[in-house]
Amino acid sequence: MTDFGAAFAAAFRLVVTLDANLVEIVLLSLRVSLGAVAIATLIGMPLGAIVALFRFPGRTGAVVVLNALMGLPPVVVGLIVYLLLSRAGPLGVLGLLFTPTAMVIAQVILVTPIIAALTRQVIDDLWGEYAEQLRSLGAGPAQALPTLLWDGRFTLLIAVLAGFGRASAEVGAVMIVGGNIDHVTRVMTTAIALEVSKGDLALALGLGLILIALSLGINGTAYVLKGAAQWRSV
Amino acid sequence: MEVGVNFVGTAPRARSAKASILPLELKGVSFSVAGERLIGEIFCRLESGTRTVILGPNGAGKSLLLRLCHGLLQPSSGEVFWRGADGLDPTRCQAMVFQRPVMLRRSAAANVDYALALRKIPRSERGDIVREVLDQTGLARFAGQAARTLSFGEQQKLALARAWALKPQVLFLDEPTASLDPAATRAVEQIVAAIHAAGTKIIMTTHDLGQARRLADEILFLHKGRLIERGPAERFFTAPETAAARAFISGELLW
Amino acid sequence: MLKALTRMVVAAAFVISAGSSLAADSFITVASTTSTANSGLFDDVLPLFQKKTGIEVRVVAVGTGQALKLARNGDADVLFVHHKPSEEAFVADGFGIERFDVMYNDFVIVGPMADPAGVAGMREAAAALEKVAGAQAPFASRGDDSGTHKKELGLWKTAGVDVTAQSGTWYRETGSGMGATLNTGIGMDAYILTDRGTWLSFKNRGDHKVLVEGDPVLFNQYGVILVNPEKHPHVKAELGQKFIDWVISAEGQKAIGAFKINGEQLFTPNASKGGA
Repeated sequence: MTDFGAAFAAAFRLVVTLDANLVEIVLLSLRVSLGAVAIATLIGMPLGAIVALFRFPGRTGAVVVLNALMGLPPVVVGLIVYLLLSRAGPLGVLGLLFTPTAMVIAQVILVTPIIAALTRQVIDDLWGEYAEQLRSLGAGPAQALPTLLWDGRFTLLIAVLAGFGRASAEVGAVMIVGGNIDHVTRVMTTAIALEVSKGDLALALGLGLILIALSLGINGTAYVLKGAAQWRSV
Repeated sequence: MEVGVNFVGTAPRARSAKASILPLELKGVSFSVAGERLIGEIFCRLESGTRTVILGPNGAGKSLLLRLCHGLLQPSSGEVFWRGADGLDPTRCQAMVFQRPVMLRRSAAANVDYALALRKIPRSERGDIVREVLDQTGLARFAGQAARTLSFGEQQKLALARAWALKPQVLFLDEPTASLDPAATRAVEQIVAAIHAAGTKIIMTTHDLGQARRLADEILFLHKGRLIERGPAERFFTAPETAAARAFISGELLW
Repeated sequence: MLKALTRMVVAAAFVISAGSSLAADSFITVASTTSTANSGLFDDVLPLFQKKTGIEVRVVAVGTGQALKLARNGDADVLFVHHKPSEEAFVADGFGIERFDVMYNDFVIVGPMADPAGVAGMREAAAALEKVAGAQAPFASRGDDSGTHKKELGLWKTAGVDVTAQSGTWYRETGSGMGATLNTGIGMDAYILTDRGTWLSFKNRGDHKVLVEGDPVLFNQYGVILVNPEKHPHVKAELGQKFIDWVISAEGQKAIGAFKINGEQLFTPNASKGGA
């Protein structure tokens, strides 16, 4: 396959020349996906911990729903967000459609269940280990929540990374709500889809290689930072 | 050491520095799981001041009984009653040390500080208390070290320090030395003795006869979930009244 | 707690969106088709407009069907597509102000070099399709209700072939855009109806080539319409009108005519008002 060679060459050329379009697309991808993951973490972690720690009617159902929502199809989420943000939709007055904000909103919806569901499992397990000790010290679920999130921080990192993986890899949602507008809402995945539709498979694959390298870089950085922090606090 | 007093005083509804939640009365306490009775109907009254050791073979229900007393488990029937509580919140006047210490992912000092913060001890007072208990348990040099990197024996000492910092009126200990080597066991026993000397009621379980002889003022002997013998330690070891206790002391009754 | 979270989310969303909303205050959104965007026409022509007016044109490139829907919902200021009946209905329904002809390109039928149906060099498109059907040679259709798809269905009708009955056998509907359909069709050695622009700029051609072209019925007229601000008050009518005026002006028409790929002109400007 000559396409593979051409793909590596294309990726190499784009990176080495620091192609201005590529830099713009990469930065927007990071801004959208990292932004979405940050917001999803702020929502999903407390949510997952609450489901893990508190007993309430319908809790089992909540756990099942949370786990199932990890598989939300991006294109469906994109469609729902489009219908909400469309000028004809209920939030149309905000004028957010075809902006990076709309893409962040869609990805937050995609990523929050992933972070919440994984957090719930981590906190559930940790609570099993800590419950007696913490209750003995006088901590109820409400006090235990921040403690367990903090103590589970190294395990919870994987939840955040899983969320980032989802956000940076999906194309269905950002394509619909962002519109893949050049210089405005074009990100790595939509750029790849565009190059595929133009039949430039080598360039598409080259962009794909760069996306994979980015993902590797972010995961690697997270791992190194985790290792350094964990070494100090175990 | 005049330590207990002012912390009892910080309990929000304490009326006087001398108020004590003791004695502890078990009024027909039983505990069943799925219809199987694990703890029989237990009646007894535990007074302040003494070191009470709950003795018995494995599976006798010692740990369950301790958790029922401490409030971690609710009895299926009967009542755990703190006769002296009178306006005090009994849960704020107790602490427990478990067989396997659970250390939070933070420094040794921060583990103690965490317990104090939960009891709403003002930040300004916590530092001194933390330093004091780490000193008293010989852990001062580990203050800044991550708790989970301490050896098992040191972690158990830290668990004692954490409990001691709360200046409890009653300290429960569940087989605190079961997985420790002799040196660590000795250190733990010394700390327990010091906590007792400072005015805390000790209620602990063990299956180690030697430890019971060294520490106990009185023995509760538990067998198959029932309290079958109770008395001063000396009398229990020299003249046990029941056949099961005699067998246990002579090492014939292993479980 | 929930309130605080909501506030944080809103704040974060603002921070994230701040960059883009500052970047371009003066912009319009144009709903157009992948065939136009993928050809590279917009990349070539729009900078000229922006340079002259300072107005940024944001193109959302989708199928004609979806573009019409976007504009109908008020999610675009200008509609720039190629299916005249739908465009006229759009205006008649009050969603658009007025439709202007802009340019045309043409459709071609591409197929494998081996040409199992023997259509190479034919001029009449419907007759060529009839031969494809007769040979039961694979044919890849957009199948996505796009302008190109509608055009293709019209040709089959003229040819007297009922393709819906054949769907899944030699007649294969990809349900995707032009580029994806070309990728798929080339992968299965199928005949494909495509617009010339997409084909000329398409890179993954395999051993496919243009076999049928030049039938007047294959001409593909593009129109541009300003979305009616009476239906959607936020529509940037003034800026949108400037864009339309420019596209059909002598200058815009000239720019369109000057756009070439490999020396080949893709679009023929034919605006009736102010044409070159």
